Amino acid sequence: MQVYLDNNATTMVDPLVVEAMIPFFSELYGNPNSLHKFGTASHPAISKAIDQVYTALNAADADDIVFTSCATESNNWVLQSVFTDHIVNGKKNHIVTTEVEHPSILSTCKFLEEQGVKVTYLPVNEQGIVEAETVKAFITDNTALVSIMWASNETGMIFPIKEIGEICKEKGVLFHSDAVQAVGKIRVDLQSVHVDFVSMSAHKFHGPKGVGALYIKDSQALSPLMHGGEHMGGRRSGTLNVPSIVGMGKAIELATQNIEITGAKIREKRDRLEDAILELSETFVVGDRWNRTPNTILISIRGVEGEGMLWDLNNGQIGASTGSACASEDLEANTVMLAIGADNELAHTGIRLSLSRFTTDEEVDYTISHFKDAVGRLRAISSSFAKQQPTEGGEVQECELHHH
Amino acid sequence: MAKDDLLGASLWDAYSNKVTTLMNNPQHQGEIFEAEAEERGNKLIVADFGAESCGDAVRLYWEIDPKTDIIINSKFKSFGCGTAIASSDVMTELCIGKTVDEAVKITNIDVEFALRDDPDTPAVPPQKMHCSVMAYDVIKKAAGLYKGVDAESFEDEIIVCECARVSLTTLQEVIRLNDLTTIEQITDYTKAGGFCKSCIRPGGHEQRDYYLVDILADTRKEMDEEKMKAAADAGGSASFEDMTLVQQIKAIDAEIDESIRQFLVMDGGDMEVIDIKSSDEYIDVYIRYLGACNGCASSSTGTLYAIESTLKEKLSKKIRVLPI
Repeated sequence: MQVYLDNNATTMVDPLVVEAMIPFFSELYGNPNSLHKFGTASHPAISKAIDQVYTALNAADADDIVFTSCATESNNWVLQSVFTDHIVNGKKNHIVTTEVEHPSILSTCKFLEEQGVKVTYLPVNEQGIVEAETVKAFITDNTALVSIMWASNETGMIFPIKEIGEICKEKGVLFHSDAVQAVGKIRVDLQSVHVDFVSMSAHKFHGPKGVGALYIKDSQALSPLMHGGEHMGGRRSGTLNVPSIVGMGKAIELATQNIEITGAKIREKRDRLEDAILELSETFVVGDRWNRTPNTILISIRGVEGEGMLWDLNNGQIGASTGSACASEDLEANTVMLAIGADNELAHTGIRLSLSRFTTDEEVDYTISHFKDAVGRLRAISSSFAKQQPTEGGEVQECELHHH
Repeated sequence: MAKDDLLGASLWDAYSNKVTTLMNNPQHQGEIFEAEAEERGNKLIVADFGAESCGDAVRLYWEIDPKTDIIINSKFKSFGCGTAIASSDVMTELCIGKTVDEAVKITNIDVEFALRDDPDTPAVPPQKMHCSVMAYDVIKKAAGLYKGVDAESFEDEIIVCECARVSLTTLQEVIRLNDLTTIEQITDYTKAGGFCKSCIRPGGHEQRDYYLVDILADTRKEMDEEKMKAAADAGGSASFEDMTLVQQIKAIDAEIDESIRQFLVMDGGDMEVIDIKSSDEYIDVYIRYLGACNGCASSSTGTLYAIESTLKEKLSKKIRVLPI
């Protein structure tokens, strides 16, 4: 058996989505911008996809939903164009975000800082979320934009977007949310929450890779990032990726049409998996499970280094994820883990398991069994559980070598 | 950026088979207890290095025959990733049968080499080389405990890059001998800074006592000072190229006073040296004509040629004279 529990990284494309996409590769392949019938033949399907996304997010007709190549593009678009429109060509000079955003926000903010923008990176609490009051405290008259994720990719924790939206509205500050980990996992209702811009990505909810979208409230002004042939009403140039747009429409429909019921089923499996591995001694999970996306577990297992654990899970045909420094190219510990700040150990012992609606009970059973075996094997090797004490003078009190 | 870099390497695919095998099935993991060692009339040494909060921790066990100082048996416990476990395993293997004095000579390079499938292919990708460094550190610590000395006393030089084991003196020497000016050159010449990159500048994976950026800056500064001092000591007798800028200006002025200015003044003109810019190929002397020379037709032909050839002959073949 092989078990894929890395659905916060990407998901399997739903076969129904693939089926919906297929005609648009070799049959209805015309460029939707062309006047001839080859071009116009795809219009009904694109129109349907747009409707599917509007319905899924309960967006108003006056809002824009613009397809992009991915959420990284959507995030870059908002940050870089708010910079152009309100900082270079405006009077503001400040952006508020959090320490735990995706690199497409953090790296872009670093880039904007190099251009002279002041950026505030808000800390998170021990639950891994930023509090609405904290956001309020850091907004100034100079603030052009607040950008805060809807849910965390690492912990699954859901941020108080409704409250933050109210604060931004009251203060007259633009509000962007990277909702990559929320759309398709929890109900995102854009008429009951005030958000100016929302980024999303199809491959996180069983759609294809290479397509995402940006929601723009009330079709408000935002300079384009991609200049060219004035596609998507001039908001985002580039020939429409028709098969992927059709796929994204189908995927978001499937992911959201019964989201409460589907979510509850995933939650049930997630909780069963979580409870079972919490039976192991000296383990803990980050964040209150009722305020998490229903598919995510970030668990710390004392004495078991994350990359080693990932290795053993991989040997058992289980795909998971770790924020361990050892698993990264630059040996840097995961910023999200460090921001939560529960303990430095967490940064090295955290394992993320993220389920999907395709995860089965059998897979959960298999994972529980293999997970416990792996912890058993690695703890048997681990110095953290050794019995013989070091020779006098041979012990290490604390980590002196590394920064963090 | 090349084709392979565009996709990004798979970390685990870069591990040798030996690393994979030992990670899955370490041969020497486990403990040796005080009581059992004593029973056999041996001495047990147990040393820790690293900590869980660092992300890497290893505990090394040595059972030593006190009569011969030979390590009869060795085991390890490790909180660490796959390569840390495999490195620790090979480390204990290398220790067994050696005397403590011999064992302390085992370095992380030996450990990494022992993990290779073939001698020419690294056992781990560059950023994982760091894992083997702990093996070396914990051996020194164990030896220190056995001999009752400080672990640092086994190190007779300052190691700046632990991954590649490059010392401070080596780095200073290489920078001087090869006239290195960049960190990339240092890595090319010595491999220092090519692995976990902690030693390049502050803010990396690990805090260091010495950083390559500082060593390079300090060494370059020393080199410049020495060059200046040598030129000053040599006075006017140094070759023109080795002179300091001030000495060069003085030398040119002296030469102009000696053999050029009198002819210019005769015609109601004069000149001054404005600047000197040196490159590998040329020494460009910028001058400005004064008085009647300014605008004189000959100032850009015959006179200029005379000035340039005089300076070339007397001072350096590399001189070009450029009127502004």
